[in-house]
Amino acid sequence: MSLPPPPRKNPLLRTATPLLPPQPRSRRAYGLTAAAAEGRFALQKCAGCGTVIYPARDACPACLGQSLRFADVSPAGELLSVTRIHSTADPYFRRLVPIRQGLVRADAGPNLICFLLGDCAPGGRVTLSLKLAPGGDPVVCARPEGAPLSEIEDDPMWRQLTANPEHARVLISDGRHPAAAAMARALLGAGAAQVYAGIAEPWKPSDEADQLAKIDGVEVIDLDPRDERSVAEAAAALAGKIEIVVQCGFHYRPGTVMDANAPLRLKDMMEGGALGLMRLAQAFGQAMMARGADEPRPALAWVNVLSLAARMAHPMAAAHSAAQAAELSLAQSLRATMAPGGIRVINLFHGALDHGWFEAVPPPKVAPGTLGKAVVTALTEGLEDMFIGPEAEDFRDRFNANPKEVERKWWS
Amino acid sequence: MTGYQRQAYRNVVIAAPVTVPYQRYSEQAAHWWFGAALRGLAQRSGISHRDFDGLSAASFSLAPDSAVALTQHFGMSVRWLDNVPLGGAAATAAIRRAARAVESGDAEVVACIAADTNHIDSFRQSLSNFSRFAQDAVYPMGAGGANASFAHLTDHYMRRYNATREDFGRICVAQRTNALANPNALMKKPLTLEAYLAAPPISEPIHLFDCVMPCAGAEAFLVMREETATAQGLPFVRLAGSIERHHAFPEDPVQDRGGWARDVDELYAMAGCGPADIDVLQTYDDYPVIVMLQFEDLGFCAKGEAKEFVRAHDLTFAGDFPQNTSGGQLSAGQAGAAGGHMGVVESLRQLLGEAGARQVKTPRRAMALGFGMINYDRGLSSGAVILEGSGA
Repeated sequence: MSLPPPPRKNPLLRTATPLLPPQPRSRRAYGLTAAAAEGRFALQKCAGCGTVIYPARDACPACLGQSLRFADVSPAGELLSVTRIHSTADPYFRRLVPIRQGLVRADAGPNLICFLLGDCAPGGRVTLSLKLAPGGDPVVCARPEGAPLSEIEDDPMWRQLTANPEHARVLISDGRHPAAAAMARALLGAGAAQVYAGIAEPWKPSDEADQLAKIDGVEVIDLDPRDERSVAEAAAALAGKIEIVVQCGFHYRPGTVMDANAPLRLKDMMEGGALGLMRLAQAFGQAMMARGADEPRPALAWVNVLSLAARMAHPMAAAHSAAQAAELSLAQSLRATMAPGGIRVINLFHGALDHGWFEAVPPPKVAPGTLGKAVVTALTEGLEDMFIGPEAEDFRDRFNANPKEVERKWWS
Repeated sequence: MTGYQRQAYRNVVIAAPVTVPYQRYSEQAAHWWFGAALRGLAQRSGISHRDFDGLSAASFSLAPDSAVALTQHFGMSVRWLDNVPLGGAAATAAIRRAARAVESGDAEVVACIAADTNHIDSFRQSLSNFSRFAQDAVYPMGAGGANASFAHLTDHYMRRYNATREDFGRICVAQRTNALANPNALMKKPLTLEAYLAAPPISEPIHLFDCVMPCAGAEAFLVMREETATAQGLPFVRLAGSIERHHAFPEDPVQDRGGWARDVDELYAMAGCGPADIDVLQTYDDYPVIVMLQFEDLGFCAKGEAKEFVRAHDLTFAGDFPQNTSGGQLSAGQAGAAGGHMGVVESLRQLLGEAGARQVKTPRRAMALGFGMINYDRGLSSGAVILEGSGA
């Protein structure tokens, strides 16, 4: 399934202003946000009696227990009733009517009011999922049980809840990233219209740049995120026609905090990483936010490719860790800043890449193709945080269980 | 639990029906509407509002104030005060509480008032802030408001009991006929079944004429002991029975009965009558499907048979089953929390013979119902009162 390519933009027509769906949520409901961000289906579960609870509560309605953790539960359920909303007082939803809404009884127990996708009929079996609406707050969707994503991915509501790269024009900020070509291929394979890959100091030889230049649909451009003027020039030509940015400044050097050249290394890494993100955000971010509702080709997402060191310092790569942490911090600010434009900021975390710099690290390592596929998955499924590959998933689970264990043991 | 029997009401009466004429939009605050209702009660009863020693207030649009602020606002000094945030179930709850207060002497005269204003954006704002569950789990899923919530109930009911849009339409058309005899009703044009069926969809299967029109307005009455009313020379009706229930039947996957179904036997036992003795019925009619649930749950017909019931009966004030004789909320307008009070006030008018062109012939007993508070996927609150005129 796919949508037809959008026609050329008519510059005389008004560009629709981005609007957000209703946002206020109770504090408890943010447990759903955490699950949706990672593409999990989790509801509150009473530690005392096992009752699964929705909407989020502060005490279990069965036993009044107050230990109500969000836990992954079965996303299966039965569709009880349906409506098609034609009239709503909310300006954001007015653009999307008619809206199909269902009442689903989850096999896990509770009733959920959700958006309906695909061919759902009352009495039928459905699969529930949690998604983040523009602005970043959680909503519930149901689609027919067993229906592949391809059956629903063209639904206008699903498009609101994801950032499908089909027909999008993508900027990859660092064409010298070991996975730049793989990411470009994956995005083009998912229907991206054009990939622009930035190369700094193009006179320096680079295998990755040569590879990129050979891919049909990729245009290599002169872009150095360390240089304000270079970023401004690229933005002057491109900012108004980019729907997705993949920020992937790659500059890895190992070394401890006491290495003589550590301060200089950190400065270098910050220039291309955190400061590069900042310069790109200044030059491209505003234009993207203005086009967040520019149908049929709205600006969609900003993807940051980060290493696990962004989440926890790796003492053998101290400067790299500090630079990555700074970049993650800015990415979080960027997420909040771009939310009013309906632009999703997605953070991908990977472990050691299958690349010369990480030769000494034993497998499993992240192949470039895996990273490319992950970028597309995060976009098409509307994820916000994604841990890529077995090492990163192991890190995530251990970090969630006990961050101190990771601090002491991860690098040893 | 001891199984202690509920006590019958001893000489509790209701008097002085007051309606402050509705407006589609109002630039006035809710307080203005409360003030007008209070003035109406004083005029009607001949008792100064300063002599009302009890006040019961229901409103969605009074914030940041609650009932207590009204005492100072209107120069009242009450010894019994109630704030009833129960929407469509506020009226029946207010009567039950006020009845016990006057019965025990905690208060002598309780002014029960529901008033709401309707600014141009207040409906949207009250939808988005209605409840925590609505905020977390309903409003973000398309912001369909009550229309979408009742669409699920309607969709489920239609499939489970083979009811059709025509069946719901019969209720709406009859109520429009009633409204045309009510000078205060906002809807002034006749409605045909054809026009009902041809109306644009709002939240399918709910269409335009299944929905109430939000408006500003107020409804009010006085609760007191019979001897007080007699001393004042006030015509009155007796409170014969009442029920109230919140969050009944949580086990039902989709709501197709209200709390009435759980308590109906108690209601009739308390009032010493049955469904056949009710001469005029005021259902809570925010949507016609809820009217059907009330026909069933209050024993006017069996569960699932409301469709046959509406096909077999004439629901207009002149018909064999007079129902929502003022036009109800569907045709008179929904003045926020006053929606439930409207049925009580109309019951008083009918029993007191003050219903003008829509007067039902010598009714002796009336029933007024309340329903409300779609907190999440169902209406939580239900209530009912049976009122007796002097002929009963």
